[in-house]
This record gives sequence, structure tokens and C-alpha cells, in this order.
Amino acid sequence: MALLEVENLKVEFPTRKGVLTAVDNVSFNVEQGEILGVVGESGAGKSMTGAAVIGLLEPPGRIGGGQIRLDGKRIDNLSPDEMRKVRGRHIGAIFQDPLTSLNPLFTVGEQLVETIRTHLPMSAAEARKRAIGWLAEVGIPAPDRRFDQYPHQFSGGMRQRVVIALALCAEPRLIIADEPTTALDVSVQAQIIALLKRVCRERNAAAILVTHDMGVIAETADRVAVMYAGRLAEIGPVAHVLQKPSHPYTAGLMGSIPRVGPRPERLIQIEGSMPRLTDIPTGCAFNPRCPKVFAECHRVRPELRPVADGAAACLLYEGVTP
Amino acid sequence: MNAAPIAGTGQPLLQVKGLKKHFAMAKPFLNRLLEGGEQQTVKAVDGLDLEIPRGQTLSLVGESGCGKSTVARLIMGLSNPSGGSILFDGADISRAPAGQPADIRRRMQMIFQDPYASLNPRWRVADIIAEPLRTYGMCASRQDERREVDRLLEFVGLNARDGDKFPHEFSGGQRQRISIARAISTKPEFLVCDEPTSALDVSVQAQILNLMREMQRELGLTYLFISHDLAVVNFMSDWIGVMYLGRLVEVSPAAELFANPQHPYTRLLLDTIPDLGMSKRDRQPAAGEVPNPINPPPGCHFHPRCALANERCRSEAPVLRMYDGGVRASCHAVEEGRAIEPIVAQASAVHPLRAAV
Repeated sequence: MALLEVENLKVEFPTRKGVLTAVDNVSFNVEQGEILGVVGESGAGKSMTGAAVIGLLEPPGRIGGGQIRLDGKRIDNLSPDEMRKVRGRHIGAIFQDPLTSLNPLFTVGEQLVETIRTHLPMSAAEARKRAIGWLAEVGIPAPDRRFDQYPHQFSGGMRQRVVIALALCAEPRLIIADEPTTALDVSVQAQIIALLKRVCRERNAAAILVTHDMGVIAETADRVAVMYAGRLAEIGPVAHVLQKPSHPYTAGLMGSIPRVGPRPERLIQIEGSMPRLTDIPTGCAFNPRCPKVFAECHRVRPELRPVADGAAACLLYEGVTP
Repeated sequence: MNAAPIAGTGQPLLQVKGLKKHFAMAKPFLNRLLEGGEQQTVKAVDGLDLEIPRGQTLSLVGESGCGKSTVARLIMGLSNPSGGSILFDGADISRAPAGQPADIRRRMQMIFQDPYASLNPRWRVADIIAEPLRTYGMCASRQDERREVDRLLEFVGLNARDGDKFPHEFSGGQRQRISIARAISTKPEFLVCDEPTSALDVSVQAQILNLMREMQRELGLTYLFISHDLAVVNFMSDWIGVMYLGRLVEVSPAAELFANPQHPYTRLLLDTIPDLGMSKRDRQPAAGEVPNPINPPPGCHFHPRCALANERCRSEAPVLRMYDGGVRASCHAVEEGRAIEPIVAQASAVHPLRAAV
């Protein structure tokens, strides 16, 4: 059984213009110790998916359907109190901006000790020892001195290391990392990715890595899910999805990323932009921008079908003839 | 300092010599009086020399705080330099008051990073694009002006009817097209583009980058392009300047910089580019972070993170020197031939921020 099973997840936002569906019928599994990348452009629903799993959807956002199971037990219908016990203990979270994830009024050590003691039965002294151990583990020099410092005394990269320590200190089996490196400089970004990979591997923790950066996915993830307009366009092993994408959207996305090497005259471009949630076209959501579009695409919504080692939601793979 | 021409043909459109911008960062006067402490300055730009030949693109890359955006603002006259000169087509504009001399300022325009902040939400798109035309009195009549706005909208891939709409009706990529239409409305020769695609999604970024390359071909524009993304820079540039803490560490032809990077910091940056083709490789990321610019390390600013640093690097600041293939680098190790081995700047024991990843 997979560690995390997400089945037909729907995230909705009631608005004055009606109910908007930000995540529409998304299903995927995360295996023990696996890093699943979730990519997509802004508004694709990738952060919403992560927030739904960890139970941190901002109201009025709500889960409108489907199930989320951790170790076979449903966690999507837990009360806020029950969910709070799952969060931190079983699922850790890392967010984009390390400064807003840390409380500026408490020392880094106090925050770590609080998290550890909330979830694990430990004395204050034991928790302190463990917290210092975690600071060392995430590569913070002089951890026993840094323990008593406040977040503002840390640089951006060091802060993100503290956030990683906080997410991992109760030894959760799943980590949701939402754009963990986006606020960091490139040279620090590489350090944080390497750290995240190492601690996940050593603790056998699984991770859902939400990002818009294909480079981060290529470096880190085992499998990748590509989202478009709230739906899964494609999911599969990283090498397969990045190098031989099945879905025309993934192919366009990969082509539009500038690369180092011989300089082309033009980048491949996908015309237009992703539709707003208020006017997602019928049929395949990608049809107005798709270079391979045919008549059926405007009518039939494609389901996720197995293609090669992965799966893609595209009528080209449903035996529909153009 | 050496300001050797980086291209041999004709006079460069833009020449920057010894450009400096220092910001005072002192505590308030009373605190200084009571607690002691000295005037502190941040040398955001510290003696920068560069030249951009006509019709070409020079990109500045570097991490946040390296001074690349300050250079853009100084060149555009949005901020006054503390020293040095800026020559546009031979004329020194570094001391001119804001917006002056008008005949030169018309020929240089800027595209900003955030298309959500750089367009006035209360103005219709046609007015936004026409504003520079009105400022420089470039259209004889309202009909003339509207015709020109319609032409510009279509040129950047929008519809002439879009002129009557407001910015909020457009997506990020479309807004950036509006910014571009505004920037080219005065028929400039030189555009400063400060991270023009960082706020955009990759599929939209490709559209904007393609548009900018087309514009350069069709209109013969010269670009100063600023970005932190080396792959984007590779697509856009003829020349690349790498900045670190207010100084240029390397200026090279783009192909040369990627094929044969000289300065250890350039090599570090190149090593951070994620490899889309080779997934799951384990990299040895370089350790450390950019130090505090208020109190940068003495000598070469990069020495605490550099595997090749020696005594000279710790005490003497290197200057840009010319090497084969139009490459200029400011590094003692390159000059002394100590940087011949392909190196990856590794965690070096001297640095206090050394991080064992």
C-alpha cells in the first residue's frame, strides 16, 4: 500500500460568481521514501493540492470531493484538532518564504523544542539535545550557539535550513515542500535541494515537492506530476516525463525552457496563457493552446490513461482518431 | 582601471566607466553621537566598466544584492551615481538632471520586472502606451497618436481593441507586452530590461523572450539585459557580465563564458544550473552565501568562498584583465595561471559560513 493515496481530489472555492474548482479530480500515490514532484504554472492548482493534503486550505477553500489516505487511513475528513496531531507528527511542511514560517519572537531553539515536545514524549533537556542535533544535521555551523538566536539573525539559506529541521524534527514520514527554494539565490538553492534529498533519503521520508521550476524537479524528484488548470496532465518517472513527454502541454513546457548550450533563434512557445478558473474550456482544458488539437478535444474531457511508464490525460492516447 | 573596448567595430552605443553608487547606511545622528560608531556605506556598485556595441545585448547576471539592478537604475538616470561616467552615443549623461537631456533620454527606455506594478491600474492601456509619445510630443494629433498606439499593440502581439481596456483585464504575459509597447513607443535605440520575465510562467516567458529577440532583429535595438537566470541570459546575450558584490568579476562573449568560464564565481554559477537532461545526479553544491555588502571581505570579495584563494586574494582587490577571445576577468588566480584546472568552488575551510551539506 502506498504511503499517501489521493483519490479524485477536488478543491473548491465558493465565490460570488459560483463555485470555482481549483483542483479537479486529481489522483496520485506517493510511495514510502519517494519524492514526487508536482509542477505547473501559477494557478495550475499545485499548491492547493499540497495544502489539501496537509489540511491547510485557506477558507473559503474546501475539499469538495475525493479522499486523501495516509497509511490507508482517511485524513481529509478529520476535525481540525485531529488534523493538528497528524500535521508535524506524520506530515511535515516546508514553505516558500522561510521568514514567514518562523515566529520572529521566539528563538530558533524554542520553536524546535516546542515542535519536538508537542509530538514526541520527551523531557525539555532531551528535546534540546535533539534540537541541537537537528540544527547540526541540516548543516548549521555552531548549532549550540545558534540554538539561542532569533530567526532574523540567520541568513536566507540558513533560515530555510531551520525550517527543514522544524519540518523533520518530529520524524514525519511525509513532507510537503511548497516552492522551498524559490525565495533563495541560485547558489543557495542547490545547497537546500541537496540537503532535502539527503535527509529524506536517510530518514526514508517521502516528499511532495511543489514547484514551478523544472530544474529543481530534474535534480530532486523520482516521479513528477504535471498539472494544468487544476487537472493532472501527466504523471510518471522524471526521466520519462522530462525527456519523452507524452502530453502536448508537457512537451511545450519543456521546449519553452531556455537551456544552456547552442543558442537557438527561437524558443518553442505555447501560444496564449493558462485559462482562469472562471473560464476553463469544455473538453480538454489545454485545447485552445494545443498544437495537436482536433475536434473531439473540444467535447471530451480526457481521463488519465497509462502511457509508457506513466500516465497522461490526452485524447491522443485514448484511441480517439483525429 | 582598464576599459578596453570589448568589440572592435565602431563606437559602442553605451560606455560605462568607473561607475560607482554608494549608499549611506549609518545609524541616525543621535545614536552615532551617543553610542559611537562610524558612517557606513554600502558600495552597491563599485567601479564598473562596460561597453555595449550597437545592436547587441549585454547581460548582467549575479545573485540578489550584487548591484545589477542598481546599474540599470543609474544608466536610466533613476538614481544618481556617486562616481564614474555613463556615455550614451558619446555624450556623458551621468550628471544630467532627471529626464535630461530629453533628446537622449527618448532614445533609452526601460522594461521593468513586475508587470503588475509597472502599469497604472487606473489608466487605459492606450493612455499608458501613449504617455511617452505625449511627453516627447511625438504625435501631431490625437488620431495620429491612436493610430500609433494601435500599431504598437499589434506589433507586440496584442489587438488594437485592447487599447480601451484596463491593465487588470490582462494576464501577466500580456501586461509585459504592454510594457514593451510603451517602452518602444518613442522609437528608442537602447532598452534596459530588468528581469523582464522573472515574474512570468515559463511558457509565457518563452513568448516574451522570442518577442524581444524579434524586436532586436527588426528594430536594431541594443539591450542591457538583467537576469539571475543563466539559461535565459544564454538565449538573449552576445556579452555576459557577471557581478559579485558591486564589482564585475568577468565580462565575456556569451558563448565563451559558457564554454570556458574563467572566474571561480562564474564557474560556481554555471554549476548551479540544474541539468534538465540528467536527472537525479548528485551535485556537490558550493557552500556559503553572498556576504553582507555593508562589510564585504577585503581583497577579492569572493575569496572566502573560493577554493583558489591565497594570501594575495585576501589583501589585494583584482582588476579586470583582458584574455584571449575577448574574455575579461578580475581574478588573481586566472592572471597567475592557477585556475587552469577545471575547478568547482568547494567548501573551503576559511569560510565561517561553511555548510556541510
